[in-house]
Amino acid sequence: MNAADLASTYDLVVIGGGPAGLAAAAVAARAGLSTVLFDENPGVGGQIYRAIASTPLKDRAILGDDYWAGEALAAEAGASGALIVTGATVWSLDPGLGVGVSIAGAARLIQARRIIIATGSLERPFPIDGWTLPGVMTAGAAQTALKAQGLVPDGCTTVLAGTGPLLWLLAAQIVRAGGKLDMLLDATPGANWQRAAIHLPDFVLSPYFSKGMSLLQEVRGRVPVVRVDGLKAVGEDRLREVVYRAKGREHRLAADLLLLHQGVVPNVNLALAAGVTHRWNERQLCFEPVVDADFATSVPGIAVAGDGAGIAGGAVAAERGRLAAIAAVRALDPSARVPDAQPIRQRLQREERGRAFLDWLYRPHDALRRPNGDTLVCRCEEVTARQVRDTARLGCEGPNQMKAFLRCGMGPCQGRLCGLTVTELIAAERGTTPEAVGYYRLRPPVKPITLGELASLPKSEAERKAVER
Amino acid sequence: MTRTADVVVIGGGIHGCSTALHLALRGLKPILVEKDYAGRHASGVNAGGVRQLARHVAEIPLSIASMALWERIEELVGDDCGFASHGTVLVAESEEELAGFRARVEDLRLKGFTHEELLDRRELKELVPAVSDHCPGGVVSRRDGAADPFRTTQAFRRRAVEKGAEIIEGVRVSGLARSGSAWRVETSDGPIEAPKVVNAAGAWADRIAAQLGEPVPLEVIAPMLMVTSRLPEFIAPVVILRSRKLSFKQLGNGTVVIGGGHLAEPHRDENRTVLDWPKLAISARTVWELFPVMREATIVRAWAGIEASMPDEIPVVGLSTTSEGVFHQFGFCGHGFQLGPATGAVMAELVATGSTNTPIDGLGIARFLPDRARPARS
Amino acid sequence: MFKRLVEGGTAVTLTVDGTPVEARAGDSVAAALLAAGIGHCRTTPVTGAPRAPYCLMGVCFDCLVTIDGVGSRQACLVPVRDGMTVESQQGKREAGR
Repeated sequence: MNAADLASTYDLVVIGGGPAGLAAAAVAARAGLSTVLFDENPGVGGQIYRAIASTPLKDRAILGDDYWAGEALAAEAGASGALIVTGATVWSLDPGLGVGVSIAGAARLIQARRIIIATGSLERPFPIDGWTLPGVMTAGAAQTALKAQGLVPDGCTTVLAGTGPLLWLLAAQIVRAGGKLDMLLDATPGANWQRAAIHLPDFVLSPYFSKGMSLLQEVRGRVPVVRVDGLKAVGEDRLREVVYRAKGREHRLAADLLLLHQGVVPNVNLALAAGVTHRWNERQLCFEPVVDADFATSVPGIAVAGDGAGIAGGAVAAERGRLAAIAAVRALDPSARVPDAQPIRQRLQREERGRAFLDWLYRPHDALRRPNGDTLVCRCEEVTARQVRDTARLGCEGPNQMKAFLRCGMGPCQGRLCGLTVTELIAAERGTTPEAVGYYRLRPPVKPITLGELASLPKSEAERKAVER
Repeated sequence: MTRTADVVVIGGGIHGCSTALHLALRGLKPILVEKDYAGRHASGVNAGGVRQLARHVAEIPLSIASMALWERIEELVGDDCGFASHGTVLVAESEEELAGFRARVEDLRLKGFTHEELLDRRELKELVPAVSDHCPGGVVSRRDGAADPFRTTQAFRRRAVEKGAEIIEGVRVSGLARSGSAWRVETSDGPIEAPKVVNAAGAWADRIAAQLGEPVPLEVIAPMLMVTSRLPEFIAPVVILRSRKLSFKQLGNGTVVIGGGHLAEPHRDENRTVLDWPKLAISARTVWELFPVMREATIVRAWAGIEASMPDEIPVVGLSTTSEGVFHQFGFCGHGFQLGPATGAVMAELVATGSTNTPIDGLGIARFLPDRARPARS
Repeated sequence: MFKRLVEGGTAVTLTVDGTPVEARAGDSVAAALLAAGIGHCRTTPVTGAPRAPYCLMGVCFDCLVTIDGVGSRQACLVPVRDGMTVESQQGKREAGR
């Protein structure tokens, strides 16, 4: 598939080929909408079903049933008639539903009648000392390497640290695969239980409960687990030691691989750049788009489905994708046949039950979200927590001014790895809320493109559009 | 409660902040009212060019006066504003174009302006080695340079406050009217009374002017800019083109800012712009042709700042023709950043003394008013 | 740091900073570097600190490398190809050339 082969207009453009995107594309294409799904990875599946069609891991027990559920979803989308384009990077989405996409080094601008953003989530920044050292990666990265390439940690000492369900899932997967995992440092704040407890009944009734319990058991039986409330990575050119505080004492552990995780947050860059209104979610400590029951946003024609609309997991993501697609079909072709939304909403409710418990239980530690001193906040431009805090104290009220003063958020990652930290630090220093502080103003390209790619936009297209405006 | 001041400055861009500073330096008490925050729009997000080159003759005196201030900017505002002087080069892409430039440079000399110098092919290559070989020469203004726009605007704001100006941000002006011998400026934070008012409201300045019976054909524009990731140093001066829209500069941190005047769709009431990628693609193609070294460079961001343009592409600077005590300072048409320091000084001089020695003839608002009989005053 | 669970697959050879590196079809460039035990893939433009792939999902941009002469490619998103040339990026001097 080349950029030149794309049509100039599609009824529906779906961005992201994880559960939400796959489910949405399947529903829309089956109902007769001309549908294209773009994903920047070499295959569909998103993060949760990463490499679902190509993983070298044939032993299904390693990744578990929840992973292999993606097979049916991918097959359904593949058979639906939707055009699925992988290796396609969407770098721009405007409020008029124009989409800028690059495929194999060439760019195109196409027009959509409806958009479903299904760009999912990314791991919450984990700004501790040494988190930029080679040898420190995210837990999600290790999981990706496992799913896509069948790579498991196999160094001298592997440490997994942080909090959240994925931490335990990855631990179990590494152990099942026969990889090396020497210690799990559980940084879940003990006090979280108090707020989580009232949601326990819902959790017990949810599908997460039994899965979660057996996962904890599986890991605890095979990996030493230590409760920690302080963590750093130490080394000059690469990770040498993990330093952690447990029961008031500091411990040092020689290690060559540290995998960090403290939950996932919506990947908001594309939606923000398109002008979608977002709000702060205090329970999940992140910004999320404001959506209605059909996942429509403040920008007419743009819906956000999946974890991008608020973290709820893979099964929920697929249901949200279906609802968003049903709404798109109804808007464009009221006579088309679509699945009944009611049972989908019921499944959604069932799946969402229990989420509050997990959110409160695994709400990450303040100290691990709001660093101090020389800890890097912005990895790209190497801006420290002290610089951000000092600048906030001097009167800098928001992330956009901070960006102009310190260049944080102006590197290639475009704030994905520092945005939440900068917002939370400003709020803390100025005694206000993250909601009031807000987030970086994001501009396309939401993924960097080369000058050559941009120059490659078909000239006729450029001229035609220029005349239309 | 009604606040009082000597002057109300409307608008916290570099122009309003500079005027507030120069008023305070003259011992006056200005209150500056800004609806967002200082430098939120074009003043904070422009390309940062500090350029005398290729300006309309009517604004050259202001530009030259400003250059003198830029060269002692740290003394003026207590911050070097990231200003560095490596010249601006206007590149000719054909012999015909170069001939036109030659005529312009000669004409400027006759008028007494010597800051523009013609470059032949060899001289151009010396100044801009990376430029494509098809370019036969150009024009340089050697004292020109570039600065960090947000930092500059903030520095003016900060120094103005240190010198006694009051700056109110997040407050919107809703109207103004005479109140005895003073002006009463209504704001979302209560009224302010002052004998003098400066309208430096940028893309919103026409609304103030209209209330004074001076409707102007202001166009809201949002010139687009792109910036690359950090590149090895390969170019010192700012490069501009005339036949095609391009301005091009490499900052000290290695990133390259590409602009030149292709416009985004502005939505001034929502503080929002929508980028026009087909036009940015035209910029990308121009750079592709002019600087082959840039072809694999990565574009990490694109944006546009909202500002005002006038039909004749020069600003409105001077006294109101209808309203005693009101002064206009807006409509800088995408090239007002360099003019900020001196225009603020001139406005302060006008406010304090009623006149200025810097020639600003031709910039008055009268040129847009239907009654051409009214003399354009400066 | 990492080992392959599954042997076999189609062998692919890359050149990384002039040295041949064995990879498998289906690897991303970043995964191939990790599997080959390559310590870091670039140094930063600001302080010259070494960096290696961090997120493997296209969001952190720490795995930027030059691939077949094109700078600042995200190694985690580019599948390997036989004969591919990969160069680490050294700070500001070479960033995004």
